[in-house]
Amino acid sequence: MSEHAIALTLNGQRRDAVVEARTSLADYLRLDAGCTGVHLGCEHGVCGACTVMVDGRAVRSCLMLAVQADGSTVTTVEGLAAPDGTFHPVQQAMREAHGLQCGFCTPGVLMTFAALTGGEAKASEDSLVSAMSGHICRCTGYQGIRRAAKALAEGTVGAGGAE
Amino acid sequence: MKPAPFDYERPSSIEEACRILSEAGGGATVIAGGQTLMPLLNLRMSQPFILVDIGRIAALQGVTRVEGGTRVGPMTRQADALADPVLAAHLPAMVTALGHVGHHQTRNRGTVGGSIALGEPAAEMPATAVALGARLEITSTRGTRVVDAADFYIGPYMTALEPDELLTGIIYPDWPEGHVVLFREVAQRPGDFALVGMVGAAVVEGDTLTRVGLAWFGMGPTPVRMRQAEAALTGASLSALDPRAMAELAVADTAPFDDHHASAEYRRTVGRRIFARTLREALQLREAA
Repeated sequence: MSEHAIALTLNGQRRDAVVEARTSLADYLRLDAGCTGVHLGCEHGVCGACTVMVDGRAVRSCLMLAVQADGSTVTTVEGLAAPDGTFHPVQQAMREAHGLQCGFCTPGVLMTFAALTGGEAKASEDSLVSAMSGHICRCTGYQGIRRAAKALAEGTVGAGGAE
Repeated sequence: MKPAPFDYERPSSIEEACRILSEAGGGATVIAGGQTLMPLLNLRMSQPFILVDIGRIAALQGVTRVEGGTRVGPMTRQADALADPVLAAHLPAMVTALGHVGHHQTRNRGTVGGSIALGEPAAEMPATAVALGARLEITSTRGTRVVDAADFYIGPYMTALEPDELLTGIIYPDWPEGHVVLFREVAQRPGDFALVGMVGAAVVEGDTLTRVGLAWFGMGPTPVRMRQAEAALTGASLSALDPRAMAELAVADTAPFDDHHASAEYRRTVGRRIFARTLREALQLREAA
């Protein structure tokens, strides 16, 4: 059983830690870094609730070891909104489209959408909807989430179009 | 749902990785993208003493053209392979299959070589390697050997890889420009493991099929090369082709399981249907008389 010193950038801040080799990135984020917005549903890569951004890409944090994130830039749902509390566009879109009910799956969905809409290429509605195959939502029936995806792809977030 | 304790090594070269594997005497497991291995660790179905992370070995990454083919580094992420212009130009069947591997989020971590080396029988990448005639370069401190993908798979998650060996390259032979892609998968939901799937390529010259490579996934304990169908199709004339008869030959080589998702008979029935339909659509055959 080995322990490892890691350094990463978490939500814009550098963090140093010593982690046991078997510690998942999800457990490190929740238990050590205090990012309890990272939700753990299944812990074996099926539900998608623990999705975070690692170096700009959406990944399941239960399927990655904390030690593997050494040197990476990690963003969780806590890092989405502006410091003054202004929502990130994906949060605004989900709010306007009623894309959540209980909210358990929501942080993961937000991180997938944020990763896909954050790059240089504009994400299509198709790519957002097909990436939803990686998330299980037990409340909404996905229709509100689909409307949020549509608003993000069409750039109508905040225009009242999705209300 | 937490892994049993293990040691962790992150070698920076193939030589260092092979040395660790050799010294571990079978107690080490290689982790590439980890998208299948991590669930097995979390469920404690796999309990290695040492986890060897090959994620930062630069020599294992990327796609390059080689004489007569394309070489894919095993650590190439599935998402990167899916967007790779060389693969799009030379191996469209592989790119089509990649789109069905897991989900967007798992393709961002999962690798081509990890999937091939693990040998899940319902996975797309092993069957694609078998169908397209890929050769696998395997390295250890004892040297390097090359194995045909068709000879690599022994059983579910069992391959020709010895405990001290590392998959270091996947070499796909060239298929001529304009070859036909044959692919279809039936799964309960997008991203789920296939109940039944087929992948392959065919070369048409005039009215004649001159080269065919085909394999099933989810139709036996390993990817299953459709040897009888390949033999019957190669040299066959399109105008005289009977897709339903070919489908019978295609399922003749299979040994599907009964499990809680589907019976073996169901898998064979679906296999016949998707084979005949895929052949008709891809080769633009008339409906069978």
